[in-house]
Amino acid sequence: MSNSPSVISQNPGEHHETDVIIVGAGPVGLFAVFELGLLDLKCHLVDILDRPGGQCAELYPEKPIYDIPGSPLVSGQGLTDNLLAQIKPFGAKYHLAEMATALEKTDAGKWRLTTDLGTTIEAPVVVIAAGGGSFQPKKPPIPDIAKYEGSSVFYAVREMEQFRGKNILIAGGGDSALDWALNLHDIAGSLALIHRRPDFRAAPDSVNKMRELVTTGKMELIVGQVGQLHGDDGQLSSVTIKTKEGEFSRDVDCLLPFFGLTMKLGPVAEFGLNLHENLIPVDTEKFETSEPSVFAIGDINSYPGKLKLILSGFHEAALMSQQAFRICRPDEKLRFQYTTSSTNLQKKLGVR
Amino acid sequence: MSQTDDNKIILKVTTQSGEKHELIALDGWRAMEVIRDYGLPIKAECGGACSCATCHVYVDAKWQDKLFPPTEEEEDMLDEAFEVQENSRLSCQILMSEALSGLSVTLAPGSEPE
Ligand SMILES: Cc1cc2nc3c(=O)[nH]c(=O)nc-3n(C[C@H](O)[C@H](O)[C@H](O)COP(=O)(O)OP(=O)(O)OC[C@H]3O[C@@H](n4cnc5c(N)ncnc54)[C@H](O)[C@@H]3O)c2cc1C
Ligand code: FES
Repeated sequence: MSNSPSVISQNPGEHHETDVIIVGAGPVGLFAVFELGLLDLKCHLVDILDRPGGQCAELYPEKPIYDIPGSPLVSGQGLTDNLLAQIKPFGAKYHLAEMATALEKTDAGKWRLTTDLGTTIEAPVVVIAAGGGSFQPKKPPIPDIAKYEGSSVFYAVREMEQFRGKNILIAGGGDSALDWALNLHDIAGSLALIHRRPDFRAAPDSVNKMRELVTTGKMELIVGQVGQLHGDDGQLSSVTIKTKEGEFSRDVDCLLPFFGLTMKLGPVAEFGLNLHENLIPVDTEKFETSEPSVFAIGDINSYPGKLKLILSGFHEAALMSQQAFRICRPDEKLRFQYTTSSTNLQKKLGVR
Repeated sequence: MSQTDDNKIILKVTTQSGEKHELIALDGWRAMEVIRDYGLPIKAECGGACSCATCHVYVDAKWQDKLFPPTEEEEDMLDEAFEVQENSRLSCQILMSEALSGLSVTLAPGSEPE
């Protein structure tokens, strides 16, 4: 993965204006940049993941895909890298590790998309390419856990200082759990890592460092699992810990569970679009939603005969772009051209 | 070999809420696929790629030794499941066969679809 084309993410919290806002940088959102780019439309992509590629990059980077037309075999990451190379000439702007949280109409009749980090983007056209939904941390099915979320239970660390002096329990055995154990033990009052087995899938180097800290008494390792949570008013005071030897209680102020990510429809549900069983119904000519100038392509949309395949999403991106052009450039004429023979398109692609 | 009269491969499933079902499996199919195709509640988000742990099941004690032991990849992925027990498995890693007819599994917490 080290030789993946690098993508620079914009600073959060700023305001941008563009032609098309794309929610979701999965394979379909990425290819939309290409089709829109051929029509001279500029794009901004927003994704909660910290890198592009959606399901291909997050769920199966190393697994083979056999049904991309013209590619007998390509891995999930390979496809993502190829798409990034293909769309490079169009200079799309990326807003990664940001959740698109709200969509509203401006007085000027454009769309304004806001992210959880305060970025705002305005454009005449919005493309929802949100796939299976946004990737979000898995929440342990522990009764009452929601009562503590945001006050004592955290699925990410945004501000290390808030953990100073606290009795911290980190749950999980992957890189996030290990990295945060290594980063927080210094400032914590006490820190324990709890994992279901003595083996870890995290990077061996982090695991060794963690074991060293355990040996020197700077943190604890518990082989077991989190049981019930105890506390008042959202403030955790202790946690029941289940081990092979039995259960015991431990004083804990903060619990940080790291069990990987899962797809949830998320804020797209609040964008004011018609939804049917967590999917966005569209027409099959323009792939437009119930809101004119808001389109939905890829796994997130539904129409009679829909197949959740990457190639379907690519086709949808091409047709959507035609209508996006008519909206963004009402006074210009849309011309059908082949990349093979059009000097105009080849200039855009930087091959001429 | 525990087979039914007409050689059907049976998969017994208890859902997260305790409902019991007897499904007919196909030789070579993953237990997860059988459960999903019957419309029972299983998230199985990665579709069997051993990369999500949302197809987590508990295998009936009688059957535990009859299954192929989990690969390292499956063990690693079980780290992203919840309430993991000795008899925890990822149902997408269990290939159904006549020898497994009668296999009984319970869907674990965290395997519910959204
Ligand atoms: C294991 C596996 C194997 C597969 N094999 C194949 C195959 O062989 N061939 C094939 O054609 N398809 C295959 N698929 C399906 C294919 O991966 C999907 O069809 C494809 O990823 C859909 O692309 P997408 O861009 O629509 O959505 P996704 O890839 O799901 O990407 C959507 C992106 O949107 C982001 N997002 C959503 N909401 C928000 C929000 N509010 N704010 C910020 N970001 C948001 C998500 O974080 C995500 O990154 C496979 C899927 C899996 C899981
Ligand atoms: S379906 Fe994802 S691990 Fe089994």
